[in-house]
Amino acid sequence: MKSKAKHYSRIKCQQWGSPVYYISFLLFKTKFHPVSGILLEMAVNGAVTWLRRAGEMDGYGLSASDTEEVHVLAVDDSQVDRKVIERLLKITSCKVTAVDSGRRALQFLGLDDEKEASNGFDGLKVDLIITDYCMPGMTGYELLKKVKESSVFREIPVVIMSSENVITRIDRCLEEGAEDFIVKPVKLSDVKRIIDCMMTDLREGGGGRRGINKRKLRDDGEDRSSSSPPSTLSSSSSSTAPCSPTTVDSPTRRLKMTSFEEHVFSNKK
Amino acid sequence: MDLVQLQRQLVDYRTSLYHEGFLDEQFTQLQELQDENNPDFVVEVVSLYFEDSERLLNELSKALEQQIIDFKRIDAHVHQFKGSSSSIGAQRVQRLCIVFRNYCEAQNVEGCLKCLQQVKHEYSIVKTKLESMFQLERQILNAGGSVPV
Repeated sequence: MKSKAKHYSRIKCQQWGSPVYYISFLLFKTKFHPVSGILLEMAVNGAVTWLRRAGEMDGYGLSASDTEEVHVLAVDDSQVDRKVIERLLKITSCKVTAVDSGRRALQFLGLDDEKEASNGFDGLKVDLIITDYCMPGMTGYELLKKVKESSVFREIPVVIMSSENVITRIDRCLEEGAEDFIVKPVKLSDVKRIIDCMMTDLREGGGGRRGINKRKLRDDGEDRSSSSPPSTLSSSSSSTAPCSPTTVDSPTRRLKMTSFEEHVFSNKK
Repeated sequence: MDLVQLQRQLVDYRTSLYHEGFLDEQFTQLQELQDENNPDFVVEVVSLYFEDSERLLNELSKALEQQIIDFKRIDAHVHQFKGSSSSIGAQRVQRLCIVFRNYCEAQNVEGCLKCLQQVKHEYSIVKTKLESMFQLERQILNAGGSVPV
């Protein structure tokens, strides 16, 4: 366990500023110190708030919710998976709304059918959507598309979860603007990484992300150079399902792209 | 049996479940999500899994009894079952679901029926084992001890 904590902290250090590094380290340590668990949760919430305020002070309009916590909308038709993802997100100090279908997710956002949401929806503002891919009725992919087509909600990062580690599926989702793709079963390290990355983006990019088309393409070089090899980003490197050599090393990919690169790649298509 | 013996028995039992492939690493993940503020998390998730599984196995039995077999529907159920089994770390059940799906794809009724029986069997075994494990945990807690991680 101790080596796990160190490992996690080492990776995170490369992405985060030092206060958050300590928090992540402590998060692992306090599993074995139950009494300090509650205090730690407060500390983490405090850290999250600190990060937000830091971003705000830079003058960027953060797209985070008005409340202190990150509000995640989790979408999964499986009640087992909903329970697990809810717990994973709560441990990561997020506020969670879990729904069982794409339709309900759209209803929650105020985006059902042809109606666009009014701006008076701030109280229930969603900072991140994490959705299963395979769902009856509306798939996660269709939900992703609806969100990205909405002028009000397209800035909300959407993460797709799927039990199937299929390159074409992953690419399809990423091309449609998904922030990331997690192969199920979802682990705590996956969720932590997603939230961490999101917080980093909020701190660094801030308001600059507004209005930018979030289409993304794979860029393995950039991924490798900025951090350790993808397979070590999750705490257990053997988390991938048996897969053919042609699938990616890491079940999750996070991509960044400048508008110049977007221009280049879209022409290449 | 005294507390220490109970705790040892639990650890041994749990280890054997992993060793024999009934449970995989994902179950460990779930245990790590449990803490003193959420002491029943694993039991709650597994209970939901039992609920789901029983429903799905029922649906599968019914679907395979039909005159005209709807393989797509069966595959959808098996996919769900595979998913939830994977989410709690019920490795043997999950692996059988993969085989089951192959038979669905091949529209092989005999294969599907055989798989259904096997899946039902494996599921009932892992259910019994998990329930035994939870019972051991309860005994330890009732004896005033803590459940070893």
